[in-house]
Amino acid sequence: MPHNTTDTGTPERIFIKGNEAIAHGALAAGCRCYFGYPITPQNDIPEMMSYALPDAGGEFVQAESEVASANMLLGAAAAGIRALTSSSSPGISLMQEAISYMAGSELPGVIVNMNRGGPGLGDIGPSQGDYFQSVKGGGHGDYKLLVLAPATCQECYDMMVEAFDLAFKYRNPVMVLGDAIVGQMKEPVTPWKPAAVPATEAADWRLEGARGRKPRLLKSLFLEDGALAGQNRHLQAKYADMQAEARAESFLTDDAELIVVAYGSIGRIAKSAIRKLRAQGHKVGLVRPQTLFPFPGPLLRGLAEQGKRFLTIEHNCGQMVEDVRLSIRGIVDSAFYGHMPGEMPGSDDFLAPILDAMGGK
Amino acid sequence: MSRVVFLDERCKGCLLCTTVCPKGIIVQSSRFNRQGYKVAEVPADAMKDCTGCASCALICPDVAIRVIKSRKAKKAGKE
Amino acid sequence: MQADERLALADDEQMAFEVPDVLVDRATHYCPGCHHGIAHRLVAEVLEEMNVVDDTICVASIGCSVFIYNYLAVDSVEAPHGRAPAVATGVKRARTDKIVFAYQGDGDLASIGLAEVMHAANRGERITIVFVNNTVYGMTGGQMAPTTLIGQKTTTCPGGRCRDREGMPIRMAEIIAGLGGVAYAARASLDSVKNIRAAKKAVRKAFDVQREGLGFGFVELLSGCPTNWRMDAVKANTRIREEMIPYFPLGVYKDVTEGEGVC
Repeated sequence: MPHNTTDTGTPERIFIKGNEAIAHGALAAGCRCYFGYPITPQNDIPEMMSYALPDAGGEFVQAESEVASANMLLGAAAAGIRALTSSSSPGISLMQEAISYMAGSELPGVIVNMNRGGPGLGDIGPSQGDYFQSVKGGGHGDYKLLVLAPATCQECYDMMVEAFDLAFKYRNPVMVLGDAIVGQMKEPVTPWKPAAVPATEAADWRLEGARGRKPRLLKSLFLEDGALAGQNRHLQAKYADMQAEARAESFLTDDAELIVVAYGSIGRIAKSAIRKLRAQGHKVGLVRPQTLFPFPGPLLRGLAEQGKRFLTIEHNCGQMVEDVRLSIRGIVDSAFYGHMPGEMPGSDDFLAPILDAMGGK
Repeated sequence: MSRVVFLDERCKGCLLCTTVCPKGIIVQSSRFNRQGYKVAEVPADAMKDCTGCASCALICPDVAIRVIKSRKAKKAGKE
Repeated sequence: MQADERLALADDEQMAFEVPDVLVDRATHYCPGCHHGIAHRLVAEVLEEMNVVDDTICVASIGCSVFIYNYLAVDSVEAPHGRAPAVATGVKRARTDKIVFAYQGDGDLASIGLAEVMHAANRGERITIVFVNNTVYGMTGGQMAPTTLIGQKTTTCPGGRCRDREGMPIRMAEIIAGLGGVAYAARASLDSVKNIRAAKKAVRKAFDVQREGLGFGFVELLSGCPTNWRMDAVKANTRIREEMIPYFPLGVYKDVTEGEGVC
């Protein structure tokens, strides 16, 4: 695979898959451990890490399962090292217990999900059926993941760098949620070198042997009276702080009468649909959330207050639309078009739903 | 002479120590500690038979026994 | 603890039993006669004798020993049920110069965690696993374990384990010894002073092979659970000797330092 390169300094642009951009970005961000298990459609990630990580002085393990992968991630995160796992929907289901433990123990790790069709074995094509799992918590208990949703191969690279920084900033697991389209499409990517990871990162809580200090303990078990309540209040305060990281792309929203809300590959496809409709004079715009948690609710609410209407388009049976509706509740409702998982979406599929929504239905 | 010291508040009364003493001088006492366990002891008049072998301390799961050896016992060929 | 004048040494006296510093001076939550206390102490002694306490990271598992981190003063992380060998793999791959060990019971290692321990062993992860086998699920109230003996009554096999219904007890030391990346696999017992001395040597070896980078170190410790066996601690030790050791024979099942090659 001559176009796969671990050298992120040169050339200026490389033509790679989204999956490969994930791996490139992780390496540039200082990822030193990767643990994963093969599953379509994300195998380019472990395959690239299997030769690129050892070359970079890191450790690659093909684990025996996604359960094991996520727990290895937990261990490396406990040691304060930038570590990564990746999978696709059914494998992410297997990881939920470990993710809950990581959130409860406040451990920073990055989990990449290339969403495929579900439920169950589903298919190997794209879908957005894992929104609830990612944003509402597929694991048990009150916790949140910071969720980033790339729509381009460049964003795959950029968001991986951000993911590690955010994970360590908040001591929280971070998910990067793509899908089979984002993972498998090829686009030019401009690699860039982020600032080096500071040696003091995670220094006051990471496990490294208790030389010259008291031993540290990373756990999520809090049995003493009131202790778990205290931990939950602490976590909730952290998630409130995380709201500052909410981000979205606004495309032609200023004069739009209808705002399409769509993320990831569907956001890209919606843009194409919107360009076609704009050429016909329809005033449509797009808000493309780039963070799914924290959700850019205030941005949407501001647009609702300007009298705009909303259509949420997703590649599932209705998940993010609930968060859109929550954000604009009391002002206006959002229409919904769910492209069914198992059918490949194209921009022409969105034209009629957008026109319907503009028609005031 | 060797001797053992039982840390009463650590003893859980499991009596494993009573089964390993080669001199058979460890017995269940009649007193309870604060946890409600009936603790083990060596009666005062039996302590002279203690050889300092530390078998009791080795089998005690609660690190409740300390073993003190005299150098005379050491000279007598133990360890 | 306040100074106890009985522990003051006369001029001709010395301590014949040393308590490791890394063992926290605190009463444990374990039941009377539970062998976790002995196993914890052996691990503490070994870490101190190897002079690796400051470089040790402990992975705690789920079971009665979930609180091991309260009793061993080393950096520790809690693992989900069964996953300690995977968490330990992550810790060790992240910090290859540290001593990393996991401490697990029969449910954690031989039931839900069977895949994780076998694959960590097969890969030859440079970690040490201390496996405390008491043939029952202690923390959850005495249910059947993969190592429960035929005829043994537990809360989920009240008529006694029966081969046709529940299968045979699993012998983990033998299984682990059969895997390529294993440098040391042994079974010892904590039921007698003689066996405890041998157990300590086995625990030490399981850590030695990690420090020497030879591969996976594993030691199974036959232990008692008086509470869930419904017997006192003395009878529990008798049960280990008369019923458990015949089915789970003591010994070293693999030792690459004794001339056998690795993979």
